[in-house]
Amino acid sequence: MSKNILEVSGLKTFYKTRLKEKVFAVDGVDFVLEEGKTLGIAGESGCGKSTLALSLMGFYFAPLHYGEGSIVVDGTDIMKLSKEQLRKQVSGREIAYIPQAAMNALNPTMKIIRFIEDIMKEHRPELSKQQVWELAAERFQTLNLSPNVLNSYPNELSGGMKQRTVIAISTILNPKVLIADEPTSALDVTSQKAVVKLLKDLLDKKFIKSLVFITHELPLLYHVTDDIVVMYAGEIVERGTAHQMIFDPLHPYTKKLMGSIIVPEEGMKGHKLAAIPGAPPNLKKAIVGCRFAERCSFAKDSCRTGKIESRTVDGRIYRCHFDIRTLKEWYRHEEEQQDTDYRETDHENIRIRKA
Amino acid sequence: MNFDFHEGEIISIVGESGSGKTTLAKIMMGLLKETDGTIEYKGLPRQLKSHKSRKEYWKDIQAIFQDPFSSFNMFHKVEKLLVDCIKLQGLRLSKEEQFAKMKEACSFVNLKFEELYNKYPFELSGGQMQRLMIARIFMLHPKVLIADEPTSMVDACSRSTILDMLLKLRDENNMTIIFITHDVGLAYYVSDSIYIMEKGKIVERGLAEDIILNPQHRYTKQLIADVPKIHTAWNLA
Repeated sequence: MSKNILEVSGLKTFYKTRLKEKVFAVDGVDFVLEEGKTLGIAGESGCGKSTLALSLMGFYFAPLHYGEGSIVVDGTDIMKLSKEQLRKQVSGREIAYIPQAAMNALNPTMKIIRFIEDIMKEHRPELSKQQVWELAAERFQTLNLSPNVLNSYPNELSGGMKQRTVIAISTILNPKVLIADEPTSALDVTSQKAVVKLLKDLLDKKFIKSLVFITHELPLLYHVTDDIVVMYAGEIVERGTAHQMIFDPLHPYTKKLMGSIIVPEEGMKGHKLAAIPGAPPNLKKAIVGCRFAERCSFAKDSCRTGKIESRTVDGRIYRCHFDIRTLKEWYRHEEEQQDTDYRETDHENIRIRKA
Repeated sequence: MNFDFHEGEIISIVGESGSGKTTLAKIMMGLLKETDGTIEYKGLPRQLKSHKSRKEYWKDIQAIFQDPFSSFNMFHKVEKLLVDCIKLQGLRLSKEEQFAKMKEACSFVNLKFEELYNKYPFELSGGQMQRLMIARIFMLHPKVLIADEPTSMVDACSRSTILDMLLKLRDENNMTIIFITHDVGLAYYVSDSIYIMEKGKIVERGLAEDIILNPQHRYTKQLIADVPKIHTAWNLA
């Protein structure tokens, strides 16, 4: 078994509003990432994916504040380090973070090489400008990016190219963990593929050891990551391997999420998409019981009392009141019900269209 | 390009960024002028010269745009949007009747009107805004709806809700829906026929099943191959 490169336990971070209310966007998150593995984080908008990514860096800017918990990167708890140490030793070297709109972060008045010189001035001041250029050019070459990019201004590059450049720049110090927050969401499918290929290249060539990939696009996660965790209202509700999560989800929320996937494949057309009624809970108030209970079609009275702890069964972690057998029984029943419903309406539709 | 759309049909126009999808949508809406060629509506060349004829045209043809955040006037309260719909239809209603109508439209899209009343757009989430745009469509009952990437900025779960609502609207009003999207999976799921656009030209057209399961054109094939799927391997090379 390989060693753990990132261990997060009991992490709580909150946003402070102007009225001094605390909104716990990440509320007691635990997970472990092993060396050489990739982890996907999925969930709907506002569930805390991006806040979690931001929190993992160890930098907290108002209105985001650190609550409690530890983030251990390769043996050191980064929450115990000072800000200066964090900036000098951890960011870029241990953990690199690509925020959501990363490609818009490039200063339009600077050539790409200047960004790399900037990083090197801080982290490896012994290198001359010439050496930095050689190093950067070599890195770009191995990642199938043209070294000409280094001499261009950001506005000369396309969206996909900019995104790939940002990824290449942020991994130039060979960080152990790369946290990529929605790196492909603003791109079309062709550029998305190129970005995914670049991330795979970085892993294969051992420039980065582990990857945390955040997106709401599940088919993409299925191809990129080993494990997937699903977040809901600041908590992790389920974790499993990518295959298990897509084809055999346990938690009712994951089940619905997987039911809403659309792919251009045979059989998709006759398939009924799952929809979740209602909206996520307000995190300003303390929630008693299961956070998903209000929107869950299986919720019972017992779901709304006490705290629902996550349980581990056969390597799967999920946070639900019920055991696997009960859940599976319900899912089967629901599917049968849906099948008959859908078949009836489908026949009706075909009849109408023919007429 | 040449094409004709029929009543009650769902059409998807698919292409990558910069292929001219949105420009086409804007021309159909009458927001941009065509350089050459003609657009006919209900068998007659469309009239957009006077303010009055434009208003007539927009009674029948409505659109939902990609970014719900910029579809709203941020200085107006949300109910103003719905009141404007009633005005556009030329209906004269009392306050209570207006209220009842708005309530009906909101409940159609699973929103509670009491929660929205007296709020400004920035207080709503993206999914709520997009659903409110659909409530607007429900009130106007247009003949043609142009949906320009209606679900690209909302997450997967709200996406299925929004699609369900649009399909329900189609069934009720026999409305023509034109989806403009880059998402091949979405196009396959909702539409009867698909048009594939590349660099301002339509390169392939046909029934949704034929196009997606048996693509002919090189560009269509590549587009489908680039989408990650869950039952087949994804070739990264």
